[in-house]
Amino acid sequence: MTVRDRSYEVVAPPARPPRSGWTDREGFLAWAFLLPSVVYILALVGVPFFLAIAFSFSDVTTGDPSFDWAGVRNFARAFDDPVFWQSLRNTIVFTVVSMVLIVLFGKILANILLADFRGKWLVRFLVLLPWTTPVALSTIAWLWLLDSVFSPIDWVLRNVGVIDGNVYWLGRPNLAIASIIAVHVWRLVPLAAVIMLAGLIAIPKDVEEAAAVDGAGFWRRMFEITIPLTLPIIAVAALFGAILTFTDMAVVYVLTRGGPTNSTQVLASWAFFRGIEGGDIGQGAAIALFLFPLLLAAAIAILQAVRRLEVT
Amino acid sequence: VNGAVDEQRREARRRRIAGRVAVYALALLAAVAAAGPFVWAAITAFKENRDLYRRDNNPFLFNLNPTQEHVSYLFDSTEFPTFVWNTLWVGLLVVAITLGLGLPAAYSLARLDRPWSGPMAIAIFFVYLVPPTLLFLSLSRVVAATGLQDSTWSLVLVYPTITIPVSVWLLMGFLRAVPKDIEEQAMVDGYSRLGAFVRTVLPLVFPGIVAVVVFAFTLTASEFIYALAFISPTPEKPISTGVPTALVRGDVFFWQSLQAATVLVAVPVALVFNLFLERFIAGFTMGAVKG
Repeated sequence: MTVRDRSYEVVAPPARPPRSGWTDREGFLAWAFLLPSVVYILALVGVPFFLAIAFSFSDVTTGDPSFDWAGVRNFARAFDDPVFWQSLRNTIVFTVVSMVLIVLFGKILANILLADFRGKWLVRFLVLLPWTTPVALSTIAWLWLLDSVFSPIDWVLRNVGVIDGNVYWLGRPNLAIASIIAVHVWRLVPLAAVIMLAGLIAIPKDVEEAAAVDGAGFWRRMFEITIPLTLPIIAVAALFGAILTFTDMAVVYVLTRGGPTNSTQVLASWAFFRGIEGGDIGQGAAIALFLFPLLLAAAIAILQAVRRLEVT
Repeated sequence: VNGAVDEQRREARRRRIAGRVAVYALALLAAVAAAGPFVWAAITAFKENRDLYRRDNNPFLFNLNPTQEHVSYLFDSTEFPTFVWNTLWVGLLVVAITLGLGLPAAYSLARLDRPWSGPMAIAIFFVYLVPPTLLFLSLSRVVAATGLQDSTWSLVLVYPTITIPVSVWLLMGFLRAVPKDIEEQAMVDGYSRLGAFVRTVLPLVFPGIVAVVVFAFTLTASEFIYALAFISPTPEKPISTGVPTALVRGDVFFWQSLQAATVLVAVPVALVFNLFLERFIAGFTMGAVKG
């Protein structure tokens, strides 16, 4: 196929010197360029992926790493466990709520960053901090902000007179859930804003200007021109926000370790606690496996939305 | 008639001023919301224990004189400098591997049109959706098989699986934005296909390369689960797992030192990112709008 596919040669101007050799064979180059990445990913994502599926049907534990077929026992045990369903529900709730808020605040932030104002460089730097800081570290900063006794947020609320004692942000199920969502939103809004800013910059200036000349106000331009034109890129921002919330366990692990009494457990953290800390690798793998179809469905849905928008 | 025009002008000016005020107010709000925890962390880092652990002390002020003993502790009594060094060299090697493998792959998918290019590009993107949380259990076996467990090198081996898919995706966008004529002209001038890629296309996608370097490095520095699962000896750890291990002992948190570490890591990374933000944005536009 390599020789036949040198379509470029056919249309080349006759003045061009004749050539041969591997540096010109597109079919060969296409493979040679792609192969290293594909091999790397197959070896270190493909193999472990199927290994993970195999583990989920086995009785492998940290104490007894020998592989014995266990059928669907790991899945049956997961389904019988109310914590699994709680984790599944939390994963979905955290992801959906965070995604909506990330897109909303990200859109606002993108529009702020698009505007010209003094000190923009500093604002941009400050706004990027939550995204560029390693998540384990920034979450530790939040752990102190939400401390049960010394929380500065509580101190402010006390001094304003809203509360008397402490809120116990991470000690009550609903507040703990809200706190985790808040941290996810806080750390991912900058990324979403940067992605959407990219979309805003790509809009041809004359479209906006023409609309402004025609007397369309800020809000009308926003909802009738800017948002429809940048919908695909808004969807991309939503996709990234969703994936990064969905797959993350560091925030839950650092803030609540799934507590109080598993009320903030997500699939990722539950798999970690069962698989690593509980030593039941088969069970952990079975739980983690549930991340994939959900993620796949969400990604396909969003990518298809993008494609449909691009066609119209 | 003049009165009406004046009225309109005044109205327009009022709107413009209102717009400016709104922009500054929102920018300030965003900056405070985003950076607040870090500003406050920076204050905490210099507090004495007697100041910090009093519920009614103002957490935003120094109620006692600031002290730098906890920052010194971070540098003198923990392996923080080692963690920083580990994160740096792992990041640089991962970036190099990512570019070495990702650039040719992106070029192949974006330019050397094969029937399988489209599906392959989507397949590579979907690899990005396979979360580390799903793979770390079985990957730890693979890592053990290579004999790299408990070594920082295991991260050099594994992190490119996270960075390559995203980078290929970003770079494809940049490559598609380079007009085909440029390569064709180079080939008419006597360069081979490979030569045209190296001599004319690579310099043009330099902004994309910068975007990938920054993005890949940030991803690497933030990664948590693999580092947690693969490496237990403290001197081999990167920042993201090393700092919590060194400064959280059971239930005892060395809060001031933790906050100092957070700020010391956050500020330089954000500064570098900010420098390259424009290029990063350009990359996303091209990748997302056309991909």
